[in-house]
Amino acid sequence: MGSEVLAQKETRYRALSGNEAAAQAMRQIEPVVVAAYPITPQTEIVQLFSNFVSDGLVRTEFVPVESEHSALSAVVGAASSGVRAMTATSSNGLALMFEILNIASGLRLPIVMTVVNRALSAPINIHCDHGDTMGVRDAGWIQLYAENAQETYDNLIQAVRIAEHPAVRLPVMVAVDGFIVSHGIENVEMLDDQTVKTFIGTFQPDFSLLDPDHIVTIGPLVLQDSYFEIKRLQVEAVEAAYQVITEVGLDFEKVSGRCYQLVEEYRMEEAETAVVALGSTAGNFKEVVDQFQARGVPVGLLKLRVFRPFPAEQVRRALARCRAVAVMDRAHSLSGQGGPLFTEVKAALQGTGFPAGSMVNYVYGLGGREITLEMAQRVVEDLQKLAKGSEGDQVLPVNYLGLRE
Amino acid sequence: MVTVKDLEKRPELFNPGHRACAGCGFPQAVRLVLKASKNPVVVSVATGCLEVTTTVFPQTSWGCSYIHNAFENAAATISGVEAAYRGLKRFGHLTDQKFHFIAFGGDGGTYDIGFQALSGALERGHNFLYVCYDNEAYANTGIQRSGATPKGASTTTTPAGKIGSGKNQFRKDLTAIAAAHRIPYAAQGSITHWKDLVAKAEKGLDVEGPAFLNILAPCRLSWGTAPEETIDLVRHAVDSCFWPLYEVEKGKWKLNYKPREKKSYIEWLKRQRRFRHLFNGRNKELLLELQAEVDRRWEELLEKCGAK
Ligand SMILES: Cc1ncc(C[n+]2csc(CCOP(=O)(O)OP(=O)(O)O)c2C)c(N)n1
Repeated sequence: MGSEVLAQKETRYRALSGNEAAAQAMRQIEPVVVAAYPITPQTEIVQLFSNFVSDGLVRTEFVPVESEHSALSAVVGAASSGVRAMTATSSNGLALMFEILNIASGLRLPIVMTVVNRALSAPINIHCDHGDTMGVRDAGWIQLYAENAQETYDNLIQAVRIAEHPAVRLPVMVAVDGFIVSHGIENVEMLDDQTVKTFIGTFQPDFSLLDPDHIVTIGPLVLQDSYFEIKRLQVEAVEAAYQVITEVGLDFEKVSGRCYQLVEEYRMEEAETAVVALGSTAGNFKEVVDQFQARGVPVGLLKLRVFRPFPAEQVRRALARCRAVAVMDRAHSLSGQGGPLFTEVKAALQGTGFPAGSMVNYVYGLGGREITLEMAQRVVEDLQKLAKGSEGDQVLPVNYLGLRE
Repeated sequence: MVTVKDLEKRPELFNPGHRACAGCGFPQAVRLVLKASKNPVVVSVATGCLEVTTTVFPQTSWGCSYIHNAFENAAATISGVEAAYRGLKRFGHLTDQKFHFIAFGGDGGTYDIGFQALSGALERGHNFLYVCYDNEAYANTGIQRSGATPKGASTTTTPAGKIGSGKNQFRKDLTAIAAAHRIPYAAQGSITHWKDLVAKAEKGLDVEGPAFLNILAPCRLSWGTAPEETIDLVRHAVDSCFWPLYEVEKGKWKLNYKPREKKSYIEWLKRQRRFRHLFNGRNKELLLELQAEVDRRWEELLEKCGAK
């Protein structure tokens, strides 16, 4: 689809892939600088945005760098110059950025990046899993996960406000499931350009390299006397982010009619068992929860929209009435205690009296392995056994779903 | 050409009180380059001695805006700053405001780990000057070899030993590699020939597009020399034709200085502890090979510059 057509069509609903939705959000945000490097499945975002630049639909300076390391490095330079700067990547590209991810957050630069989730090499694989974003979960970035193209678009627009909030000033990554969301076409309701511009407002930087009246030294050497305190301030910013993400979500609802919180509770009112999931898999479970609830099985879904900072309080509250919980990890970990989402949920429930044996983990979908409704049904069936306690010992604490063994 | 009086009048953007060693070469290099500026300057500095000795929190030596991002990305970082400037103009801001964008990196941050980012930024054509302060080793981490370390030098990763005689490879010719990007300006300068250096920095800042300036700036700890010898050692390096002063302007090679009497490179080596092992009697052939390579590269340069 030509960028001209995309940008000017009147109707708010458009058939967009996740990548197109991300590119459209970037067009409306119109950052002063975008620096990016292609990698499947993110490439399309870079290409679409290049079209917007070439067609004069954005005034953005696009820097087609020679690597992802340089992409984020240039974005750090731009954000330090007091402007909005964005990038996008996947998998190996994100891994190559690792060093600079920490610098971006340590310098408190409100950069926004789309990460189209893809399995990390080796073996090399281009399909979806969360190994990439989970691998950088403690690099000081806020992480939002999108279930579909609509949320990709909505999260990106909200990410700008979250990142730039004076109490936060942290970079935000918007994770989008590779191919499943990035290349799947959905009806996406876009806001009009002016609404987005008004919603995000103008960026008010704390400092800028391009302000000759206020020269700055950014990125000095900070040793034993102050490094620890600076890191503590970063934690304060992360803590403030809970509130800010919630407020921005409420504001966004006012302009879009779509509600965004830290977590989404799907049919959790009467639920005695629950599935916890991130990203597009939440869609599978919504369907399966409907099926089971229709049969009178009290199962619900807890979708985490935010993984960093971890919404522990919301998780505790949502799961307080449950007797068994299944946590879905699209990433593995050598913790020996299950995937990263599982260990976080377990830590959140620690001390609440939730019996450890009633929490189970499913590692699934690595390297793009499909998760079918049948698999999701099996998870819910296992959960019912666990909740009854009778055959619960047949369910292992950590399970591999959809694996040939 | 500038005079000392001219330089004196220009603002000091690199302030005293930094923690570089006595006899370190890069403070002169940085000071002289910044003296060439006419507009507000933004510098991007690679991790290394320059960075650690000038920005120990909460102090800074920099009288201009400064960013340190990481070791290998000074060029990518300044690309982003320059892109922000261009972008802001397109959005209707900073319309009358001019800047100079300068990246500084040591030889490690330039010849080796930062090579890709440098090459990318030169190829993309950002309007900036990249300055390499070349002390021929990774000084900050304790004198390891780099792509700029001369053959035969003992470093902590190429130590002279019972069988090893220091680094086994000749240095990378980075100035020529930068010029091969067909950028508008690439040059080699030295802190001894300061008028020439300031003139080169001025040219580098004036041209539209990327410029590269390679400056020999000794590290006395790496080289094993006395602090007061630094300047004379650089002069000797230039006079031996090991570090020729030349420029490549819009593809045209020009020699800026031809010593009246070419000094011995072997004598230059002899003055430095890092080459001491070459004079134990067992390395005579190697010494001749080193001298011959310097002579060969010099002849090649004369040819390119049409200065034979
Ligand atoms: C990615 C990365 N690798 C290694 C280092 C460690 N390191 C810091 S400075 C440096 C050497 C710098 O050498 P050079 O660029 O020649 O500058 P100098 O110290 O000589 O001024 C090294 C290896 C680092 N900071 N980052």
